[in-house]
Amino acid sequence: MYTELFDKIAFSEAKERVLSKSKLDIESALHTSHSGKVLNFEEYLSLLHPSADSYLEEMAELSINWTKKRFGNTISLYMPMYLSNECRSSCVYCGFSFENKIPRKTLNESEIRAESEVLYSKGIRHLLILTGEDYSITNLEYLRSAVRILKSYFDSISIEIYPMDQEKYEVLIGEGVEGLVVYQETYDPEVYSKYHLRGMKKNMRYRLDAPDRGGLAGFRRIGVGALLGLSDPYGEMFRLAEHAHYLSKKYWRTTIQISLPRMRPAEGEFDKTIFVSDREYVRFLFALRLFLPDSGLVQSTRESIRMRNHLAGMPITHMSVESRTDPGGYSGGEELKQFEIEDTRKIEEFTEMLRKKGLDPVFKDFDRAFLQVPDRMN
Amino acid sequence: MAESDDLIIAGRRFKSRLFLGTGKFSSGVSLEKAIHSSGTEVVTVALRRVDLSSTEDDILTKIDRERILLLPNTSGARDAEEAVRLARLSRELGGGDWVKLEVTPDPVYLLPDPIETLKAAKILVKEGFKVLPYINADPILCKHLEEAGCATVMPLGSPIGTNQGIRTLANLEIIIEQSNVPVVVDAGLGLPSHAAQAMELGADAVLVNTAIAIAKDPAKTAYAFKLATEAGRISRLYSNSGISTSKKAAASSPLTGFLEEESRNVHGVI
Repeated sequence: MYTELFDKIAFSEAKERVLSKSKLDIESALHTSHSGKVLNFEEYLSLLHPSADSYLEEMAELSINWTKKRFGNTISLYMPMYLSNECRSSCVYCGFSFENKIPRKTLNESEIRAESEVLYSKGIRHLLILTGEDYSITNLEYLRSAVRILKSYFDSISIEIYPMDQEKYEVLIGEGVEGLVVYQETYDPEVYSKYHLRGMKKNMRYRLDAPDRGGLAGFRRIGVGALLGLSDPYGEMFRLAEHAHYLSKKYWRTTIQISLPRMRPAEGEFDKTIFVSDREYVRFLFALRLFLPDSGLVQSTRESIRMRNHLAGMPITHMSVESRTDPGGYSGGEELKQFEIEDTRKIEEFTEMLRKKGLDPVFKDFDRAFLQVPDRMN
Repeated sequence: MAESDDLIIAGRRFKSRLFLGTGKFSSGVSLEKAIHSSGTEVVTVALRRVDLSSTEDDILTKIDRERILLLPNTSGARDAEEAVRLARLSRELGGGDWVKLEVTPDPVYLLPDPIETLKAAKILVKEGFKVLPYINADPILCKHLEEAGCATVMPLGSPIGTNQGIRTLANLEIIIEQSNVPVVVDAGLGLPSHAAQAMELGADAVLVNTAIAIAKDPAKTAYAFKLATEAGRISRLYSNSGISTSKKAAASSPLTGFLEEESRNVHGVI
């Protein structure tokens, strides 16, 4: 389990490991990448160093080359569907937090169908379903019923819900779920305990090992991520890459994806965000690409149009589009959103931008036939 | 080398990363000298060639088992059943739990059979053996063997005894990148520079037999392999010389220039 690796180094040491890197280390790492080799972990850490900014253009070129080599000129598109904003956890930075007195909603079967109709009509075949952390309302049976409906519309269904035991993941895979997304939010134990006040999410280690349980259960894709802005970004980037690398080596049949969301405005009064500049954010993404060239790098609509336009295909390979973060939002629900969206473009406008850049927007690159789960609509 | 750079296989520590094979030596004396000058701590012997029950076996008496791991191998086995039988016999006769698994039905090139090797590995691991399988440089097979519980994988550099060096470069690179168990490049290494290359690639150890056994001076050649193995390891760890690849200051940054643009900078403000 990843926690065994996690326990070997304290979070506080991670920043020092990055900041101890020299200009020579950075140049050496770039040399490795230029010679067609994948960076080792220490070389990856070098490229996180602020001095690597002097080499950002070179890192961009390398990132494009590696991304093209491994993913071609494609950008995989997906859309999130929020099934529920019910939540029993109190995460101080999240709009869905139990403490926030917002209207709560969980989609029923006909509402799930209504949302599916809208997304299907937009050409979307890859769906990410999300819930808050309420394991009584959005329990396993609820999720099973939802997936049974959704699989008649979508080829690929991934879940971003509360962490579960391996056996429950196996049940959902049996229903037709292909991918698992578990963002750790922060890998800093001190900050984690400070920002997760109650509920199941308070158990940091249970969450840390959720991707392992997903790997053992047999998900085809597993996504990990850190929410930049909660703790020291160097520590987060150290841990996130370590975690993704560990998973990709251990669960070798599973594709690992990485997401690097930055904090966005949300309901509540959280004001402790640690600023991560655009330049840092881009540097981190480039470093990840050169260390983990086979991992999909996912970018959501949290980021600005300017950032999304430039980063598509450079290191980014998977993008959400036209997202709503409120349950029932696509078919005309209320405003119950988890956080503010930055890029609000419609799919047509977004795909046109991609095509102008010479990129191919991919709506479907998975088929239910792999899972032997029937019931496809067409 | 620092103590922290010890090679660890199935919980046992080794300072040396050069394994030595014992076939083809002209005499026991020649083998003994080669073992000494190679500094090896792992010596593999073919079960079909030694008498494990004898205290006077010509090969076994040359191996100081206090310091060196005797690694019996199943060479000659044509299928899983034969290999498993040999390994069990070895354990019964005091050969220990370690076994280098070789299943080579082809008598000409002695190429390993991937299907029978995996089958035998699964059985032997279940029976408590520490299994080190000799295989072709097949990354997916390596993952299956790792999952089966093997202590290492031992992909070949080129067909055994050919001295061709590393002809399986692309696959070895993938195996080394992906493996969670030590990778020992076995077979085909004909020159010390081949061993150095394997170690520079990131192999955890190398196994050499023919190149040393048939050399004009096996002891001196073994010493050359010892130095080459260490040099390759040091090179891998410390010698990426950091050749500068930075470009001269560019007047414009076509790919990252957008970061200079005016940003609304909404991040970090809740």
